[in-house]
Amino acid sequence: MTRVHDMGGRFGDGPVKSEAEGAPVFAEDWHARALAVTLACGALGQWNIDTSRHARERLSPKDYTRFSYYEKWISALADLLVEKGVLTRDDLQGKGAAGLHALAERALKAENVAAALAKGGPADREGGPAPLFTPGQAVRARIPADNALVDGGHTRLPQYAAGAQGYILRLHGTHVLPDSSAHGLGEAPEPLYAVRFHASSLWAHAEHPEDEVVLDLWQSYLEPL
Amino acid sequence: MPHDHSDHPHALLPPDPALRVKALETILTEKGLIDPAALEEIIDTYQNRIGPQNGARVVARAWSEPEFKAALLADADPVLADLGYYGRQGEHMVVVENTPQQHNMVVCTLCSCYPWPLLGIPPGWYKSDAYRARAVREPRKVLAEFGVTLPDGAAVRVWDSTAEVRYLVLPMRPGGTEGLSEDELAALVTRDSMIGTGLAKMPGELPS
Repeated sequence: MTRVHDMGGRFGDGPVKSEAEGAPVFAEDWHARALAVTLACGALGQWNIDTSRHARERLSPKDYTRFSYYEKWISALADLLVEKGVLTRDDLQGKGAAGLHALAERALKAENVAAALAKGGPADREGGPAPLFTPGQAVRARIPADNALVDGGHTRLPQYAAGAQGYILRLHGTHVLPDSSAHGLGEAPEPLYAVRFHASSLWAHAEHPEDEVVLDLWQSYLEPL
Repeated sequence: MPHDHSDHPHALLPPDPALRVKALETILTEKGLIDPAALEEIIDTYQNRIGPQNGARVVARAWSEPEFKAALLADADPVLADLGYYGRQGEHMVVVENTPQQHNMVVCTLCSCYPWPLLGIPPGWYKSDAYRARAVREPRKVLAEFGVTLPDGAAVRVWDSTAEVRYLVLPMRPGGTEGLSEDELAALVTRDSMIGTGLAKMPGELPS
């Protein structure tokens, strides 16, 4: 079973409300603060990108739906800080211990921001299993679209593609497997492929017979046909 | 384990989102876990320095130099790194070319993945439920809402950014732009044209 964030193909959301190109990057000051606090906390090194995505996905469906974008970020960040033992519930209520934190020496300094953002966090790795599939090959996406390692765990296989037939478009290399990495089970790198699906194999009422959707899918998400 | 909480710790913070951010920022600052000057630096970077003007320069150069375009489409990472367009949320780039036969469009149905070093922070609509839900199922209706009409016979290919690979659309070069400089061409490249929800502007077309 999927979680509320897995919304590709969902009905009922209404029109997309586009914005002018020159609109402010951050509509509200607190949006910018939420982004900056989240990135700065990531630099403490207590979790990875898969863990932080999963923290947002684990917001209750009610919260995920009613929260705006950066509300999800800041709320999931608070949850993650407590879950990883960086902060206590007392800290969040202003009743925690005073003084510097043991991790304070790892805090991101202003002079290191540019280098940290420029460095990024590449996900490709050496080693891992050999690629099983070649471009053009027909494959089927796993069904159900659940994390195979952890019940209710993080996965990047959207439900709308589960069980559908597609074709390998290209091999991206060997990348960290989020299903493992999000849960402290190691990076478990696997070949990652771009896989193209005919829209008509995903949707009962595809808009056009020639249209396609491409997803990036790890080898263990796929089976040969 | 997934650790689903019946009582999420975030509920201990003030419910108003601006106050919630402020409260968490204050707690973290008092403990020395975040540096307010670093926050200002991060905000300044994405507010003022990194944005779609970066991607527009890449597109304009690809329109101008066939060899650059070929290298960009074949393996974008070294080409973009040479230009300094590497970094967080742009570690693994793929550039996809629009043609009269194929229109490309990018979405992240699971969250909000977006090529930050080339386009900056994504606009609100890109992160909206409506775009995430509908772009994969009815891209043509979404394009119509953006005012985009495709050439007859064009197929739509939607790229759902489900991994750490980030996609940039290389829009078609508008007609009547022969002889324009790269700077003049870059001014025609809109953010939306590089996501695939827009087309490049025609010369003389007013900004949207």
